[in-house]
Amino acid sequence: MLDYFIWLALAGGLLTAWIAAPLGLFVVWQRQAYFGETLAHSALLGVGIGLMLSINLSLAILITSFLLVFSLHLLKRHTQLTNDTLLGILAHGSLASGLVLVALQTGVNIDIMSFLFGDILNLAIYDLLFMALIAGLVTWFLTTQWRNLINLTLNADLAQVEGVAVSRLQLQMTLLLALVIAMSMKVVGILLITSLLILPAATARRWANSPEQMLVFAIILATIAIVLGLALSWYIDVPTGPAIVVCALGLFLLTLVLQAFRPQTA
Amino acid sequence: MYTSLMMEKILIQAQDICHRYNKECLALDHINLTLKADQISTLIGPNGAGKSTLVKILLKILKPTKGHVSHHTDLRVGFMPQKLFIDPTLPLSVAGFLTLGFDAKTSAKNLNTALAELNEQLALNHLFKHPVHSLSGGELQRVLLARALIREPNLLVLDEPVQGIDLQSQHQLYQLIYQQQRQRQCAVLMISHDLHLVMKNTDQVICLNRHVCCSGSLAHIQDHPDFLAQFGDMSPYQAWYQHQPHHCEHSHLDTKNHA
Repeated sequence: MLDYFIWLALAGGLLTAWIAAPLGLFVVWQRQAYFGETLAHSALLGVGIGLMLSINLSLAILITSFLLVFSLHLLKRHTQLTNDTLLGILAHGSLASGLVLVALQTGVNIDIMSFLFGDILNLAIYDLLFMALIAGLVTWFLTTQWRNLINLTLNADLAQVEGVAVSRLQLQMTLLLALVIAMSMKVVGILLITSLLILPAATARRWANSPEQMLVFAIILATIAIVLGLALSWYIDVPTGPAIVVCALGLFLLTLVLQAFRPQTA
Repeated sequence: MYTSLMMEKILIQAQDICHRYNKECLALDHINLTLKADQISTLIGPNGAGKSTLVKILLKILKPTKGHVSHHTDLRVGFMPQKLFIDPTLPLSVAGFLTLGFDAKTSAKNLNTALAELNEQLALNHLFKHPVHSLSGGELQRVLLARALIREPNLLVLDEPVQGIDLQSQHQLYQLIYQQQRQRQCAVLMISHDLHLVMKNTDQVICLNRHVCCSGSLAHIQDHPDFLAQFGDMSPYQAWYQHQPHHCEHSHLDTKNHA
């Protein structure tokens, strides 16, 4: 009989997969992978600030993400640097600051590795409730805004003319991404969360002929990666977060191989 | 009677528009502009003249630094952006792309009828199942035109519709645009570089170089000194860039690099 905590881990993992995969599609389509990475790195600064001020860590991560988006916006306007340079500065600047802040905490026993690579086997019921809440929010947002989001991805000006509130939608999308990163940190950790966003989407692209198909495939692939990763971690005793990402990577590579034996399609 | 009433209907009115992207540079300077129903207006001017910026302000995509834009309550815009880059990671067929622009609430037809009509009018048939990112330049422009038309607009806004496609397709696309304009009785606002293909069909020409140098019907402005200075004798072999700078009170630094 499997232990209670493994069922919690499975539930948390599946919830994360079902939320990260759909958002990951837009990250891939809008070429925002590096932006996602930067948001994720800034989460450790959020952890540092949260510990320092003794406030809820998820809340601290969210606030840090908003500050990061705001600073990115300011830096873009007032420097001549390109987007990827700015993202690089913010990503590693906030990760390093976060590590320093966490190290400065005395009297608290912090396992930094659990933030960096996830700690899915220590999920509490409270975490699951938080995840379920965000999962509901993401599902509601994506079902009501799906068409607008695709139109925004295609061309922002065209979407605006056709009646989409473009800047509001972009802001909502960014906030949601920050929320999802905050909630999936416990599952795969700050350094690996981007892979959970983009690997299922990238794998699904090879088989999909429409955005909706790609969504379904990405969710299925993410589910398989979570289940396999947990099983791998359980039976051969390796860290769970990396095991999940390795499984997602395995599916991607498998697709490449299968594709090589298939006649070329669009 | 009906026609004269229609001609009076003002779709977009812009009053005293000024726009700056930063402190040093005034992109648009006191622009007044009226777009009427059923009229073809052409916006011409050198690169950097603020044509795209003005169109974005007219469509309320961009808020001007100063001035006011008002839209008629019935205004329905079909917009064809200058470029559409679709990432190959987004799997989307032409039919899917057009469906995303279809507005079931305002359209009198159902989706399939609308698609079938556009297919016939713009000869899209063999393209419907193709992925959008694999289309050639000319094909993509035709699909973009179809996307603008599927909304049954009363104003069609085209930002350099023939940019980057071969001469034969350019001619074909202009024919399609004018044919659709006549058939649908909609107004057109077009940004264009090539005068010769565009001019003869135009009701209103607006010559822009950060400010409106001159505007009006072709007959009205062709004797205008600013217009003559820019376009001279309208010889088809004289490109727009090669003309002498006209004598308005602003620097021509921005146009020189295109001479």
